[in-house]
Amino acid sequence: MEQYIPLFLTKYNYWVYIALMMIGLWAMIAKNNLVKKIVGMNIFQTAIILFYVSIGAKYGATIPILQHGSGHGHEAAVRAADYINPLPHVLMLTAIVVSVATLGVALALVIRIHQRHRTLEEDEILEQLRES
Amino acid sequence: MSEQYPALVVIGPLLCALLVSVAGWLRPRLCLPFALLGLGISAAASTGLLAQVLTSGPVTYRLGGWAPPWGIVYQVDNLNAVVAALVSWVALFNLAASYRAVMTDYPEKIGPFYTLYVLAVTGMLGMVVTGDAFNLYVLLEITSLTGYALIGLGGGRAPLASLNYLFLGTIGASFYLLGVGYLYIVTGSLNMADLAKLLTPLYGSLALLAAFAITLVGLWMKMAFFPLHAWLPNAYGFAPSPAASLLAPLMTKVMVYVMIRVMISVFTVEFILQEVALSQFVVWLAVAAMVAGALLALGQRDLKRMLAYIVVAEVGYMVGGAWLGNKLAMTGAILHIINDAVMTFCVFLAAGCIYQKTRGTAFEDLQGLFKKMPWTMTALAAGALAMIGVPPFCGFFSKWYLIRGGLEAGHWGFVIALLFSSLVNVVLFFRIFEIAFFEPMSHGHGGHEGHGEHGGAVALAEAPLSMLLPLMAAALGLVALGLATGPLVEKIILPIIPAGLG
Amino acid sequence: MHSITPLLAVLVSLAAVPFIILCRKRPNARESVTFIAAGIKLLLVASLLPLVMAGKEVGITLAPVLPGAPLALKVDAFGLLFALVSSSLWIVTSAYSIGYMRGLDEHSQTRYFCFFAVALSATIGVAFSANLFTMYLFYEMLSLATYPLVTHHQDPEARSSGRKYLFYIMGTSIALALPAMIIAYQQAGTLAFSPTGFLAGKVSPVMAGVLLFMFIFGFAKAGIIPVHSWLPAAMVAPTPVSALLHAVAVVKVGVFSILRIITGVFGVDLLRGLDLGLAVAWVAAFTIIVASLIALSQDGLKRRLAFSTIGQLSYIVLGLALLSPKGMTGGTLHIAMHAFGKITLFMCAGAIFVATGKKNISEMTGIGKRMPWTMAAFLVGSLSVIGLPPTGGFISKWYLALGCLQAGSVALLVVLLVSSLLNAAYFLPIVYRAYFKPPTEAAWAEGRDEGPAAAWVPPLITAACSLVLFFYPQPFLRLAQMAVASLFGG
Repeated sequence: MEQYIPLFLTKYNYWVYIALMMIGLWAMIAKNNLVKKIVGMNIFQTAIILFYVSIGAKYGATIPILQHGSGHGHEAAVRAADYINPLPHVLMLTAIVVSVATLGVALALVIRIHQRHRTLEEDEILEQLRES
Repeated sequence: MSEQYPALVVIGPLLCALLVSVAGWLRPRLCLPFALLGLGISAAASTGLLAQVLTSGPVTYRLGGWAPPWGIVYQVDNLNAVVAALVSWVALFNLAASYRAVMTDYPEKIGPFYTLYVLAVTGMLGMVVTGDAFNLYVLLEITSLTGYALIGLGGGRAPLASLNYLFLGTIGASFYLLGVGYLYIVTGSLNMADLAKLLTPLYGSLALLAAFAITLVGLWMKMAFFPLHAWLPNAYGFAPSPAASLLAPLMTKVMVYVMIRVMISVFTVEFILQEVALSQFVVWLAVAAMVAGALLALGQRDLKRMLAYIVVAEVGYMVGGAWLGNKLAMTGAILHIINDAVMTFCVFLAAGCIYQKTRGTAFEDLQGLFKKMPWTMTALAAGALAMIGVPPFCGFFSKWYLIRGGLEAGHWGFVIALLFSSLVNVVLFFRIFEIAFFEPMSHGHGGHEGHGEHGGAVALAEAPLSMLLPLMAAALGLVALGLATGPLVEKIILPIIPAGLG
Repeated sequence: MHSITPLLAVLVSLAAVPFIILCRKRPNARESVTFIAAGIKLLLVASLLPLVMAGKEVGITLAPVLPGAPLALKVDAFGLLFALVSSSLWIVTSAYSIGYMRGLDEHSQTRYFCFFAVALSATIGVAFSANLFTMYLFYEMLSLATYPLVTHHQDPEARSSGRKYLFYIMGTSIALALPAMIIAYQQAGTLAFSPTGFLAGKVSPVMAGVLLFMFIFGFAKAGIIPVHSWLPAAMVAPTPVSALLHAVAVVKVGVFSILRIITGVFGVDLLRGLDLGLAVAWVAAFTIIVASLIALSQDGLKRRLAFSTIGQLSYIVLGLALLSPKGMTGGTLHIAMHAFGKITLFMCAGAIFVATGKKNISEMTGIGKRMPWTMAAFLVGSLSVIGLPPTGGFISKWYLALGCLQAGSVALLVVLLVSSLLNAAYFLPIVYRAYFKPPTEAAWAEGRDEGPAAAWVPPLITAACSLVLFFYPQPFLRLAQMAVASLFGG
């Protein structure tokens, strides 16, 4: 048991994202209201964004903005350990855009569903569909 | 010009999508020409690309001139060249065929419809040509989002079906993204070729296995691989016909392509066969997909939904073939991507033609159709025969390779499931043909008295020519593809089958 | 020798289809198209005769679809014999179809003639196939082309028969013949028919046995019990369909497929070495006896003919399975002789139906007064199927009997003789009842009225052919002998 405690503590970002993912997944599966499902979906996506962002982070590193002219020769070389990895963050800009777009499409669909069924409770909609 | 083909394949429709959307505001009549232009460019470019790849080997295209592994590259070999050509041509034919249906069903949404349509195809083509794992995710989401919207345009239960598809599709895409994240953690690269190189020393690592498994589950979700297929029947069954005949043939096939690409180009077959060692399990899942898809299709009373379940079974064919772990089965799986795209297109387009005239595809709507729509039904019959696997229609040949692969692997379950699903396809399609041929039954028609003109009330009411011509082209394509199997396998597929397969 | 003629012979009836559809408003023009196509087809097939007689093999490769199994045609003596029979009988049946279909004022005649033409293309395709794959292709094409013909009446009875037809024909071909073909390909790497059999030396004895029976039951058109029951069900079809397709083309395609399996796939030596020939022969013998016994109890004339066909098909299989030169000659020859005899009988049944509307034997008492020529043709057809002189059927039966002796199996000879007696027992009473019992229908005593000439003249022609074939059984006998000789090394 004890050997798992450091694993848990040092890799806490993974546990956080997994917990968030599961919360989102649970909402998508278990919630009856379509908008709540969408919220769950957003949490789910955000969990993954968080995961990416966290893997770019390093202890003792700063934002990746390079200073010019701070030395000569090998001193001019950038030490990667001084800067956090920008690539996952940049990727997540795209992922955020995607998740916003997904949200938009989902809400648009929900509006259409509401226009038709006058409710957003899934069981009521299914009831209506069964009757028709 | 020709060195720009990989970019043109994607940029052409992307720019035209913008034009279409502007035209949608100003001149709706110009939407279709712009859309045709965009897909025409990609069809021409992808055909040129295929010729180029076949004559002078794989093409690497650096977007913006950035060298890999930092820049995004389009990496085109035989496999994606042929899939890209397939996608762009099918999309182009379907676009031409959709003209009348869009005019009658969505007169006020012409702009949005064609914009979404062209964007969806852009995404698919991008997924096919790209050599970058993250780029693939973005393009996947472009296709998916436009796909949700296209399906959501349909009436009735379509928005709800689309929302369910959106939920499951988002989970699938997120899983893929997560898997790519793990790959990035262990390698620091997103370029597929680079990944393949960096991953080799890492075989045996648990993180790698996790990355592979998560990616795979994500892709399976998007391709509706049993038991992750729940979204597909409703989404494709309730989608507007022009959207259904775009997405049903292409979306699942592109995802199968992506799976095969990930299997052979990012990971390697050695990794899959030796490290993952899940082949048996996955092939049995594929068997379950074939059997369940066939049985569920039997329970449907609507042509489109029945076809949607057949798609579920067909996905089983391809995934099973890709995982059987020998050259023959992999050949069959890749050949089936091509063949199945065309035959699914043919049957869905035929269903669209039927819907155009009867305003329904429930089995009761199909009565007397052989009299009413002889050409459409002929094309449907051709598609059905291809799906059953009757030579010289193309479906026979991919089944031929898949069965041989199953025999070679000694996997009798797969072989029997394939034959079973072929037999069920006979039942499924001939049930339709019986309704269309025999019903409505004329009464008082015993023995041979009173034969006259049978069912005289049924008059010829064929779908518009703009739909029929692409449909006929697809039906003829089924035979042409079948007869071209020899060169297709010899020249295009065999060279890219990895040597590691037994 | 490379030649395009076999391809043209296959395609000519397919090419006729668009013209038949174009002429749908003018029945006379439409039927002329059929006749022209049939005539050209016979000429093309006949033009191959001198070449094949001279011992040449004519062929063409169309598309290299699968390595070792291209889409290819090749004409040998076996194939030419079968093609000659079916293309010559197509002409007669076309004439008969016109009489029958117009006589009954059937619906959808255009569709009928279209699919008839497609079916003939497929039949010739099977006859000329150079390999198992090509044969399977045309076999399935024939199954599908005949479905609309079998279900022509579009009533509930036709639908249920159509289901049975598909279930047996498509079901067995996909579930048995297709996997057997793929396994054979996996073993041998080729599917091209060869006189010694392409599987020879490539399969284990157990696998050979399993494959052989998968093929024999997989090609269910041959009507071996227990995959025979589609044939009686298919009798709901209009009689010309039964006549040409279910006495000649479809069922003979099944038998011909088995012929190819025995001669081209396995080869005489392999089967003899494993004693599989005898096993097949006994399966066929069982079918012969059982089918003949069932035929005795059938009152529907067409159903009785159907069961008779099942029995007669197994004669052919039996002859081939004997693996003795005389027996195989007899079996091959029986393809031709039985075709002429049985088509006569079917056309007579149809002519009776057109003229009087009677389907059952019990209602045909005294019909000889009304339709003397038709019944005369019926008598000749019966004699030929029973195998009595002076008809062609006698010659093939004679060879079959000799083949049994040559193979040293007296028991099978007894089966042949007993079944001939049974054949006589189910055919001759019909003739007796027609000529020698007083008519039950008053109108029949008044004199001769045989209905439209197009319905009763064709059976007379084929009956005459049966008689002629007794005195001059060429070119069929020569072809059969050549074909068999090629199997036994010259």
